[in-house]
Amino acid sequence: MTMLADSKLLFTGPDWDFDLIKRVHEACGDIAIKEMGLDPYPNQIEVITVEQMLDAYASTGMPLFYRHWSFGKHFARNEALYRKGYQGLAYEIVINSNPCIVYIMEENSATMQTLVLAHAGYGHSHFFKNNYVFKQWTDADGILDYLEFARGFIAKCEDRYGQEEVERMLDAAHALQSHGVHRFPRKRMPDLRSEEKREEERRRHGEQLFNDLWRTVPVSGKRKRSRDEDERRKALLGLPEENLLYFLEKTAPRLKPWQREVLRIVRLINQYFYPQRQTKVMNEGCATFVHHRVMNRLHEKGQIDDGAFLEFLHSHTSVVLQPAFDDRRFGGINPYALGFAMCCDIERVCTNPTEEDREWMGDIAGNGDPYGTLRDIWANYRDESFVSQFLSPRVIREFGLFRVVDDEDEEEMRVAAIHDERGYRKIKRALSHHYDIAYRDPDIQIVDVDLAGDRKLILTHRVLDGVLLEENDTEKVLQQVADLWGYDVKLVEQDDSGAPLAEHTAAPRRPFV
Amino acid sequence: MHIIDRRLNPGGKSFANRQRFLRRARAQVRRAVREASSSRSIKDAGKGGEISIPAGGVHEPNLRRSSQGGVRDYVLPGNKKYIEGDTIPRPDQSGGQGSRASDSGEGEDEFRFALTDEEYLDLYLEDLELPDMAKRQVAGAQSVQWRQAGFSVSGPPARISVPRTLKHSMSRRIALKRPKPEEIEALRQEIERLEREGGQFDELQRLRADLEKRITRTKRIPYIDPVDVRYRRLESTPKPIAKAVMFCLMDVSGSMNEHMKDLAKRFYSLLYLFLNRRYEHVDVVFIRHTHEAQEVDEQTFFYSRETGGTVVSTALFKMMEIVRDRYPVSDWNIYAAQASDGDNTSSDNAVVLAQLRDVILPICQYYAYVEVGMDDEEEHPGAGEPSTNLWRAYRRVPDDHPFAMRKVRHRRDIYPVFRELFARRPEGAAAEGG
Repeated sequence: MTMLADSKLLFTGPDWDFDLIKRVHEACGDIAIKEMGLDPYPNQIEVITVEQMLDAYASTGMPLFYRHWSFGKHFARNEALYRKGYQGLAYEIVINSNPCIVYIMEENSATMQTLVLAHAGYGHSHFFKNNYVFKQWTDADGILDYLEFARGFIAKCEDRYGQEEVERMLDAAHALQSHGVHRFPRKRMPDLRSEEKREEERRRHGEQLFNDLWRTVPVSGKRKRSRDEDERRKALLGLPEENLLYFLEKTAPRLKPWQREVLRIVRLINQYFYPQRQTKVMNEGCATFVHHRVMNRLHEKGQIDDGAFLEFLHSHTSVVLQPAFDDRRFGGINPYALGFAMCCDIERVCTNPTEEDREWMGDIAGNGDPYGTLRDIWANYRDESFVSQFLSPRVIREFGLFRVVDDEDEEEMRVAAIHDERGYRKIKRALSHHYDIAYRDPDIQIVDVDLAGDRKLILTHRVLDGVLLEENDTEKVLQQVADLWGYDVKLVEQDDSGAPLAEHTAAPRRPFV
Repeated sequence: MHIIDRRLNPGGKSFANRQRFLRRARAQVRRAVREASSSRSIKDAGKGGEISIPAGGVHEPNLRRSSQGGVRDYVLPGNKKYIEGDTIPRPDQSGGQGSRASDSGEGEDEFRFALTDEEYLDLYLEDLELPDMAKRQVAGAQSVQWRQAGFSVSGPPARISVPRTLKHSMSRRIALKRPKPEEIEALRQEIERLEREGGQFDELQRLRADLEKRITRTKRIPYIDPVDVRYRRLESTPKPIAKAVMFCLMDVSGSMNEHMKDLAKRFYSLLYLFLNRRYEHVDVVFIRHTHEAQEVDEQTFFYSRETGGTVVSTALFKMMEIVRDRYPVSDWNIYAAQASDGDNTSSDNAVVLAQLRDVILPICQYYAYVEVGMDDEEEHPGAGEPSTNLWRAYRRVPDDHPFAMRKVRHRRDIYPVFRELFARRPEGAAAEGG
């Protein structure tokens, strides 16, 4: 190192080694933890190559995953794009686990490694550890062990039942994975005394023995179906149920235990990723805000030189670039850009509010504690609520956000709101709506099973704004459901009043048995 | 915090997944590979590269809302001129609103990715084999390699293994207790000493008897017995010839047009690829002919024009000349592929047949004749047998020769014909299908 003895610089030039990573990690920690009050998981930093990064991309960023052709497909695609230069690679991948695993690429320069450590090792890691959605849904301590188990289990199944059978099962499970999450915490049995627990177990055992699906004794006479009976049957099966994978895993009559376990594995892993889908803007906003602040402070404290700082700025600005809607590069709202802008804006509102801010965000305006406020927000919101609470008119103006309504019955699209007094609220509501997963994913539920007749499974899709399901895919997925269920399946698309708009049916062709 | 260096971990973690993916999309990938290869030059035909397959085959369906219909609502950044109430014409469905455009590639019609050379060729040449040729290659090979394989009890004197023979001799001598020369010598000296000093008679007598006995025993047990002798045993292994030469013969007279040449080129590409898989080294010789034959480079072969009559035998003579000059049969596997529209000077047919049957086929691993035609040419009703000069001549090649002929009219026929010619077939079946 050509460092001057009295220089505080962490590094000069682009080269790095493990000692430097350690020093940088500590220096970032000084700012992130001591100044900003963050509370991240301990970090485990892993240095990887480009090839390994592509590997990680293919398995949704996880270091180990069961085997399936679709991961090979994604790998092939990313590789082609990368090799041709159409797509750069992320500088890091971070895994929500405890300790928090941060992959950094060997090709990064020292500045980029600093940025990455601040971004992932402190920003994301703090978010993972503190945000309520993650706390509620994911088990950071257990995820790696679970993936290990999943991989082993699937491999064993392949040995025993053949690769093709297992692949078919995984295909079916993957097709349903967007509808394999519990969106709300399930009712947990209150912590009862042991005797009550035993009683509960007995009751459950009784239920298991009595599965109405298997009733083969003919019912005497012509029974009139009463409302009560319907309700009772549904309650017994836990209907309606929006978690299709869960329902099939627990109830599909003809599946073997290993097949249920495969469904369960896909479901649980998907559940683990569910919070990430709900917090993309906040998560990236948090991490970007943290790295921006850390890098600025390092520069102020003289720990990185001007060259490194400029390199950082170059990279940072391209990360938070928001192309306009008519730009060729436009690909939707950039979560990094929006998240970062909102976090910066919140800081400004806390320290230096305008009249407008006091009116819109009175509870935090001028409270003088930007970091505390941000930490609180990062902990207690998800994208939908974050946008609906904290998207300020100022950010709307800066982004030039406007809302367009495209009604199929009208000749042209209509601009419904722009960044003006009348539009702020509308835009805020509309955007928050976009980040609501319940709105983005179609609302599909299993509503009934025709036990008296042919055991047909009945699903409904509650149609919003007249947008039906994509037809080809739906047919394919429904076929998978029918094969899993083992009997006929019907999906009815209905509007709010319950009037059917479309209907899809499928009969099992190659049932899983 | 701790740092782990994962760079040295074995790579290719995705390998198994990639295999699965390729297996899954096999049919489509294979088709794409065949299409892609039609646009390449012969020597490049086997390189891997980017291919695209229809996305449908590897599509992962999920339940999602349709991208059309209903009331849609977008929030977009970058407003410059719109005010509330403005209307905007609906963009083309294809361009669409950026926010709805597919970024995962799911919605696209094509799935593009790169294949390695290995993968490419595997798919390209799947199921093809040359069983007859493989056999001939070994059986007919004149070069054999000798390598030592143990010892034998018989053989020419030149290959006696002295160490091994002496080893056997020594163990036999020890086992049979053959007296050692030193012992006899010591005994003799002892006797002499006693004689000189006039020792006891009894003792002397006993020693003499002992000496006598030992000498007899030494005579009875030879130092080297015929049973000890061992020879170095050599075993012959046929040396596979790792080199092949491929002769491309083509009629370039006026009657061969671009389309026909293109068909021929495709066929040659396939053959080249195929041979390249089997042999370490493949040479390609291009011989074009009109009424006389010339050896040329690939560019000239396919693209330069030539006028003249058609005398096929000139090409065959030229080929033999080159074989004699540069490709000794003992070192090279010789393959030949001839493309022609079937024209030949009538008087030449007999010469062609004789040259082919008596000179060329005996030294060739395989000789394929492809008759190219126009794609708008009428299919011959019934037999479908062409009736050109050359075809009729070649029909008279006896069945037991490594010779095959096919008629090709259209690009799409090339691969099937090639497959047919080289497909795996039961052991011993005749190469000619006709």
